[in-house]
Amino acid sequence: MGKYIVRRLLQMIPVVLGATFLIYAMVFALPGDPTAGKCGERECSEAYKAAFYEKYNLNDPLPIQYGKYMANVVQGDLGENQYGNDVAGELGDRYLVTGKLALMALLWEGVIGIAAGALAGIRKGGFMDSLVLVSTLFLISIPVFVTGVVSQFFLGVKWGVASVTVSADATVYELLLPSFVLGSLSMAYIARLTRTNLAENLRADYVRTAKAKGLTPQRTVGLHALRNSLIPVVTFMGYDFGALLGGAIVTEGIFNIQGVGGYIFRGVNNRDGVAVVGAVTVLVVAYLLVNLLVDLLYGLLDPRISHD
Amino acid sequence: MRGTTRKVAVAAVSAVALLAAGCGGGDGDSSDSAAAGAEGGEITIRGCNPENTLVAGNTAETCGGDVLNVLISTLVHYDPESAEPSNDIAESIETDDNQNFTVKIKQGYMFHDGTEVKAKNFVDAWNYTAFGPNGQEGSYFMSVIEGAEEVGAEDSTTEEMSGLAVVDDYTFTIKTTEKVSNLPIRLGYTAFAPQPDSFFEDPEAFGKNPVGAGPYKFDSWTENQAIVVSKFADYAGEFGGNVDQITFRIFQDSGAAYSEVVAGNLDLTDDIPTSALIDNIYQSDLPDRNAAKATSYYGYIGINPEVDKDLSNPDVRRAISMAIDRQQIVDTVYNGTYTPATGWVSPVVDGYQADVCGESCVFDPEAAKAMLEEAGGFPGDKLTLSYNADSDHKAWTEATCNSIKNTLEIDCVATPLVDFSTFLTKLSDREMKGLFRSAWVMDYPSIENYLGPIYGKGAGSNYFDYDSDEFNSLLSQAAGAEDLEEANSLYQQAEQVLAQDFPTIPLWYGESKAGWSERVDNVVITPFGRPDLRVLTVSE
Repeated sequence: MGKYIVRRLLQMIPVVLGATFLIYAMVFALPGDPTAGKCGERECSEAYKAAFYEKYNLNDPLPIQYGKYMANVVQGDLGENQYGNDVAGELGDRYLVTGKLALMALLWEGVIGIAAGALAGIRKGGFMDSLVLVSTLFLISIPVFVTGVVSQFFLGVKWGVASVTVSADATVYELLLPSFVLGSLSMAYIARLTRTNLAENLRADYVRTAKAKGLTPQRTVGLHALRNSLIPVVTFMGYDFGALLGGAIVTEGIFNIQGVGGYIFRGVNNRDGVAVVGAVTVLVVAYLLVNLLVDLLYGLLDPRISHD
Repeated sequence: MRGTTRKVAVAAVSAVALLAAGCGGGDGDSSDSAAAGAEGGEITIRGCNPENTLVAGNTAETCGGDVLNVLISTLVHYDPESAEPSNDIAESIETDDNQNFTVKIKQGYMFHDGTEVKAKNFVDAWNYTAFGPNGQEGSYFMSVIEGAEEVGAEDSTTEEMSGLAVVDDYTFTIKTTEKVSNLPIRLGYTAFAPQPDSFFEDPEAFGKNPVGAGPYKFDSWTENQAIVVSKFADYAGEFGGNVDQITFRIFQDSGAAYSEVVAGNLDLTDDIPTSALIDNIYQSDLPDRNAAKATSYYGYIGINPEVDKDLSNPDVRRAISMAIDRQQIVDTVYNGTYTPATGWVSPVVDGYQADVCGESCVFDPEAAKAMLEEAGGFPGDKLTLSYNADSDHKAWTEATCNSIKNTLEIDCVATPLVDFSTFLTKLSDREMKGLFRSAWVMDYPSIENYLGPIYGKGAGSNYFDYDSDEFNSLLSQAAGAEDLEEANSLYQQAEQVLAQDFPTIPLWYGESKAGWSERVDNVVITPFGRPDLRVLTVSE
């Protein structure tokens, strides 16, 4: 187990290096001038541009720029973005907010999704099954944008039961609605994944054996069938957590959440390479760690999968 | 009060104070326009993240500009309703020849750090802004001052413009490179604000904690979250604020801010989302709490005939102009809120003349076809109308292209470019073929601001490589005119030259909207398109 973890951690180094270089090169390769738009509808003066290029090492060739950047990153300095703000500090604040949002969304989709899927899977073809199928179909077919704006209007503006937007503190109460909206789509997928897997496992030999030796239905389903059915669900949730961290731009916009998605989006738009690479590096690392965690969870869920 | 300012300004002949203080009252007479509503109170309004730190000479966009506008005072203040200039810090701005100006400033104006505003604060600030190695955005505005070119060079070692000189604590002189009759009007722009001595010690730190001489002082700035300003007790000018504290809460999405205003959690937004504009939904969402006002926004189509030879004949451009059904596009795309343009200058500025474009800007399919035929037809096989796709331009560009296509039977395609950076780069590299979207918002309320910076030879926004001797000579004559009236009439003649040469196709004049909560009153949208935060009151 320990050896496995160390090997996986070592494998991360080339992945992180490669990913950051690719991102760096891609942001660099985007057409357009990073100073465009900084001066309204008019072009910036030559002097302003020169000072700007000098400050952000934009005159160097790409490998040297990247080298200078990585040298700082290794020392824990993610640099300054084009607004003159410390990227590491800003990312820290933003990942806290986004992480909170993503975890809450994961909680929503995990709890409701697995419960709904289990209820549907136990009695395939029953009323609960049809209800879950129809409601998940409904959730899957509506874009997050619509769910967000509609729920914000009714729950927030009209009835005043939820917070309309999220303030700087991003309290749990304020994040309830956005995290539900964010998790709603995956919730539907998780319900369906759980249902299909559970329904299939319930027909498996070991479940028949468990029943035959006189285990209660709760133990049969809960401990044996459901646990084995959760492997694809956990894989999906691991992937989803990464996606939620970086891709919540739409939800962040609707609820004015100062998170990572909007930061990356704005960075790309402004050709703010340092900001984008910094944010994405953290994202890549988070992705890798969550994936490792998922792989370790397999062993817990199904002892046949061993890492030794 | 407003009326008198204009008369004085227009009648002012050289050697007379160009901008005698029209609004009565001296020091301590706070805000003349706050007839209704009480003073005091705290409000939270929509803000956006400034592009740079809050330094007046380095801010050319509205996010930072809105905050700076209440933090700073300039020599001249623009009226919130009409944008007419009247003296603020300036006691008088005098000139004999429109090239040598003597500025006397009022005594008693204080910076928020307790130091008094003196002549050297202006001169030092402007020199700093103009100095090339400082790389300030506002350096463009300094280019009228003698010596700016030398100081503004990238590797300049001269730090002081020869055209500026401090006479005594409350007097300084400006010498311009050539005659500039409307210089006093320009001096109200943010870039011309004075800076306290503390600024020059550490401009970087200053920008995060700015100090000005305006009615509000800076309290705090939490990156991407909020900027807070509060009333400055020692403000000595006439244009003070009413509300005690203003919090700019930063939103990235106009829809989120709008929802908060409707829910009553935010007091003011000046950015109504497109979804709320459909059928004027915002007017029923916020009954009696919304306003719309014609602003200086002017949309037009640019063409560079050097790059795209198909469009080098002015009559072809004129025919295209006559093929655009402006009213219909305005009605369908902008819910009738914009106004079809009748010339190259916005109606809100001093010196505007109506209907310069005449029939060439009126939709007339028959005449358009005839005009194109007479001009020998359109030589190319396809026309593009390029726009930057990161902004709301898809709808109108497609409607405009359809209008051209249906009328002239030229294949016109609205072509998106990824974003504004890409768009501007392609323009400055002179690679943009066909038609391209352009727009202008005034820096200062003068007809000149719509002509010189856009069509002058080598001007920063002259992406059309327009170069007309007649136009340029009229501009320089106007700059040296005896008085404002004469200057304006020369500028108007210059605009008529544009009507002959048709370098660009005028489209429409814009409108700004704002919506507010039940807590605030007296919301005035300025011709600059921004709500005036000084006259705003709390209604409780």
